[in-house]
Amino acid sequence: MTPHAALAQGLALSLARAQFGFTIAFHIMFPAFSIGLASFLAVLEGFWLATKKSIYLDAYKYWLKIFSVVFAMGVVSGLMMAYEVGANWSGYSEKVGPILGPLLAYETMTAFFLEAGFLGIMLFGLERVGPKLHFLATALVSIGTLISASWILAANSWMQTPQGYSIDSKGDFEPANWLAIIFNPSFPYREVHMVIAAYLATAFAVGAVSAWHLLHGHKNGVVRLTFSMAMWMAAIVTPIQIYAGDEQGRNTLTYQPAKVAAIEGDFSTGVQDLNVIGWPNVKAGKMEDNLAIPHVGSLILTHDWNGTIKGLNDFPRNDWPVVVVTFFAFRVMVGLGMLMFATGLLSLWLRLRKQLYTARWFLWLATAMAPAGFIAIVAGWTTTETGRQPWTVTGLLRTADSVSPISVSEVATSFVVIFLIYTVVFGAGIRYLLGMMAKPPVPGEAPPPSDKPLRTAGKNVLAGAPLPAAE
Amino acid sequence: MADFFGGPLLPVAWAGIMAFVILAYVVLDGFDLGVGILFAVERDKPSRDVMVNTIAPLWDGNETWLVLGGSGLYGAFPVAYSVILPAFYPLIMLMVLGLIFRGVAFEYRFRAHTESHREGWDYAFLGGSLVAAFCQGAILGALLHGIRSANGQFAGGIFDWLAPFPLFCGLAVVVGYSMLGASWLYWRTGGALQERMRGHARRLGIAMIGLIGIVSLWSPFLDASFFHRWFAWPGILATALAPIAVAILAFIYFRDLGTGRPRARDELPFACTLGLFVVCFLGLGYSIFPLIVPPSITIWAAASPASSQIFLIVGTVILIPVILAYNLFAYWVFRGKVEPGAHYH
Repeated sequence: MTPHAALAQGLALSLARAQFGFTIAFHIMFPAFSIGLASFLAVLEGFWLATKKSIYLDAYKYWLKIFSVVFAMGVVSGLMMAYEVGANWSGYSEKVGPILGPLLAYETMTAFFLEAGFLGIMLFGLERVGPKLHFLATALVSIGTLISASWILAANSWMQTPQGYSIDSKGDFEPANWLAIIFNPSFPYREVHMVIAAYLATAFAVGAVSAWHLLHGHKNGVVRLTFSMAMWMAAIVTPIQIYAGDEQGRNTLTYQPAKVAAIEGDFSTGVQDLNVIGWPNVKAGKMEDNLAIPHVGSLILTHDWNGTIKGLNDFPRNDWPVVVVTFFAFRVMVGLGMLMFATGLLSLWLRLRKQLYTARWFLWLATAMAPAGFIAIVAGWTTTETGRQPWTVTGLLRTADSVSPISVSEVATSFVVIFLIYTVVFGAGIRYLLGMMAKPPVPGEAPPPSDKPLRTAGKNVLAGAPLPAAE
Repeated sequence: MADFFGGPLLPVAWAGIMAFVILAYVVLDGFDLGVGILFAVERDKPSRDVMVNTIAPLWDGNETWLVLGGSGLYGAFPVAYSVILPAFYPLIMLMVLGLIFRGVAFEYRFRAHTESHREGWDYAFLGGSLVAAFCQGAILGALLHGIRSANGQFAGGIFDWLAPFPLFCGLAVVVGYSMLGASWLYWRTGGALQERMRGHARRLGIAMIGLIGIVSLWSPFLDASFFHRWFAWPGILATALAPIAVAILAFIYFRDLGTGRPRARDELPFACTLGLFVVCFLGLGYSIFPLIVPPSITIWAAASPASSQIFLIVGTVILIPVILAYNLFAYWVFRGKVEPGAHYH
């Protein structure tokens, strides 16, 4: 290969990776928000059914409208991903097809249909099916989002920690043991960590919207209810997430030690310091300007003061992850996690002092934390995906062998088109979402707009709530 | 049995499942897309709101059949997937973009802050539906037209699909989806809107019969094997059956759309349109079986390993009936005519 051709090929690969990174980072925020909101809505409706207090129904209807837009954005941005994998990553999709294809088909049959089949009833059907069946629809949609997450995390975890396969004469993967494929070593850790992340991101978004309305004089029961629920989540679930993250880190140390070395900035093998921050000098193979705490790196990962961890310099250079990105993305995630932890603790203290809804400095803090969970999710995925490099399937299939034989101009064109379309479509969607969140929830909240005539007019099941009126 | 089909049964079963999934997508999202295309002739907001509301609770489930078509093809026939995707790359990207705009327009047109923005999303709904329908027809036509491949890899050019037959099929599917949409709306609306749909449905029905005739006469000449299948004994039997079925369905369709019939049943034209799609689809399957990517890749050559197909088929035969059952439940919940309501925003 001429140097020029090699350069072009490298550029096409980089562009294909950048495009995938852009589209998936964008996409993941919406399903994460959908997972969290769907469970939140199921809980709210469950409380409404149990207590018959209209405050829960008002909160339900307010967040249902937001959910409907978030869900639609998740569906359409996901549609793009499915075709991008086939188009830009044909080397990967062909070789991994016999394993990945059935997992994705099962995701469609067990999750997407369930969500889509009951979404219509959830959004528009309360009047038609009554509260109990409607609650069932909400619960099934939320279960659908969790099933979907499980399949996609099984597929991704298999790429991180593959097992249960054989390789045929053409070099394609063949499934040998489906249970081993699905329940691969990192799947349970990743599943727990991701679902909790979705819940936390949603809690901080709900908390921020509620805090904003509390700051602006809307102190009705609905606003206080959702703020209180969000802060309970922050206080209770953030510590659980930190524990889950630690467990996943230890699992990664066992199966993907090079990724851990990149995350920690450990270049030489031995007892490791904890590099709080610093600059990983990849060329020189050492940390520079680092703030390090002796022994704590080993303590966290091995739970042993003198545990040894293999450093990057003992891995072949061409098997190194994207060290700098992995290192910093991890610190963004952990930093935000600590901030969320602090917010949760502060909420407990203020709750004890009965100032949760009035301490303005804290309400501003909660408002500012709105994007924290989403940024942490994107940073976490960036850590685990760049940390898996240079492989798409750890140790078995290199990223360079996964890309389609596409030209720089083809991938650049599709990148520009996707970027522009995303800007228009999702720019508008985010604007509508912010517009909806800017309106405070009110008692007697209207359901999602459908302009649908109410066939049961006069027999309103929503006791005490007026019929859907103009927004 | 194996000899009857010319190869092992498992891929034949999968071909049947995939055919069902694709047919389900075509007729179900077909009427959704048709409703979108009919925005071209229904321009006032109240009518458009009613049209959207006939499908708003159902369209997402309908579109999911396309996702299953894609992921099922990938899981059961990965070679077909990896040949078809690059061969039709521009068409598929356009289709996806069309579906993106159509999909978000459902939500956004009710959220737009100004009337002109709402109109903008109405255009997105119309344009997205039109583009998606045309691309699906063109993909179908181009598949019949054949894809050049070697060793299970696409071996043609990026614009191979740009030929008269695929473009004509694109047009035919736009008309066919519009006919589905018009007969759906004739069923699910009332009053002046239903009356206008009666007219649209009649005109589109005539156009559709003409287009079916042209495509039927054209496609056997695309490939000698198609010709042989249709015009040699015993295929000639099917060749004779198809026009008879089309004639019966068309007769009922136009009879029921006639004015002044006191006992006319509003759902019958839609049912006849579904029937027409089924006949055309069966004819298509009959032409190409056992090929999955004409002119050379058979379902056996394209199949994934038996371990993949078996793992997937077990769940599929259980789950598809369940999926159909709860989708039918949703249709039943939202049954009845959608009237222009008093609760406008």
